Amino acid sequence: MSIPHLLVHDPKDNVGVVVVEGLKAGTRMLCVVTHDNSSFELEAKQDVPIGHKIALADLKKGDTAIKYGEDIGRMVGDAKKGEHVHVHNLKTKRW
Amino acid sequence: MASKYSNLTFKGYRRENGRVGVRNHVVILPVDDISNAACEAVANNIKGTLALPHSYGRLQFGEDLDLHFRTMIGTGANPNVAAAIVIGIEPGWTKRIVDGIAETGKPVAGFSIEQNGDLKTIMDASHKAKEFVQWASELQREECSVSDLWISTKCGESDTTTGLGSCPTVGNMYDKLLPEGIYGVFGETSEITGGEHIAKARAINPEVGERWYKMWKAYQDDVIEAHKVDDLSESQPTKGNIEGGLTTIEEKALGNLEKIGRTSRYINILGPAETPKSGKGLYFMDSSSAAAECVTLMAAGGYVIHTFPTGQGNIVGNPIVPVVKISANPRTVRTMSEHIDVDVSGILRREMTIDEAGDALIDTIMRTANGRFTAAEALGHREFVMTKLYRSA
Repeated sequence: MSIPHLLVHDPKDNVGVVVVEGLKAGTRMLCVVTHDNSSFELEAKQDVPIGHKIALADLKKGDTAIKYGEDIGRMVGDAKKGEHVHVHNLKTKRW
Repeated sequence: MASKYSNLTFKGYRRENGRVGVRNHVVILPVDDISNAACEAVANNIKGTLALPHSYGRLQFGEDLDLHFRTMIGTGANPNVAAAIVIGIEPGWTKRIVDGIAETGKPVAGFSIEQNGDLKTIMDASHKAKEFVQWASELQREECSVSDLWISTKCGESDTTTGLGSCPTVGNMYDKLLPEGIYGVFGETSEITGGEHIAKARAINPEVGERWYKMWKAYQDDVIEAHKVDDLSESQPTKGNIEGGLTTIEEKALGNLEKIGRTSRYINILGPAETPKSGKGLYFMDSSSAAAECVTLMAAGGYVIHTFPTGQGNIVGNPIVPVVKISANPRTVRTMSEHIDVDVSGILRREMTIDEAGDALIDTIMRTANGRFTAAEALGHREFVMTKLYRSA
């Protein structure tokens, strides 16, 4: 298998993690779901650093972000499919 | 049932109480902050000894004082310690720590400074330390079973690669070695927030799960709610976590919990620095998520090797317990290679499976148990940090 650009923990997730350095906008990313080794392609819409998340679907303010198949917080801004998801648009529901 | 891990052995130091150490330290332990200077002078006089200076031990009371004594006694009692010298300002608390360590049967001696002064105390303690270190240096390693190992874990400077790679590597190690009879422990009470439903469900039975949940909830109510001034987003997650792509405490917690693998269940809950008394298996220790504090507490609980997944590159070590660093972040492995013991970045490239990574970690654990220095030991990382529960009197 080729080296993936993005890893997704669980088929239910709506965000994935960039696992290569220097990812540029416009890259056709190879995305692998670690749970079942299934793969798909997705275009990165922004430059995103290694370790940071990318939306797998259009996420709207108020939506719940899902990773590991679990709730990891609420979107406080929009992220279109292929865009960067981080502290600028996602926030904890705790404390 | 025998597995390919059942026959793993290493050469360790079997102590008077039957526990096995992987190091052979003679420690010079200060009871309190003002005895650090004398301890450091003794360690300077007598080669092969190790002073453990710290910041506390005066005017503490109640549960906070109990924790201080438990940490001091547990550190001296750890099987990685062959013998201990204890120095305090006055004889009462010094004796309390000496007596606690003496229960293991190992050589221990106490010295107090009042009515002697630093110089006489240093001379008397140095004579004893020389005797201890010459005795300890003749002790021989003997063949021990993997089941003699007590292995702790706590991650630090986590990022999204820890949840994908280095934490599942530790989890895989526990899934393989806990059935062989090792003792394990994980903790970091604050950092389970967002994954508390998962942690509760991983108890051996609902009663233990309920007790775990009460402990976690008490921390939320008594510490977080009582003292928070914001949403903790610069401490949980930390600045380093955020740089590494972790956005929320929930996301961090889910990655953290990968450290207990797929099948392992914790059998009981430990207070900070408490020694397990329910037999072999995995425990949860109520502990800070700050690296040096947490490793110090687990070492005081009797654990002899620590496994430490890191993403962005936490460099912590411990004076008496070897800390094994595991990283899956290719940038960290490249830019901070001198700190990383087990490179599992192949997991991200899908060149290495979690099973292979777990085996690589087990191999490094066994080599470390045989005496190989970890990166943190070679680099001289000896962070010894007491947990303090509240202000002194």
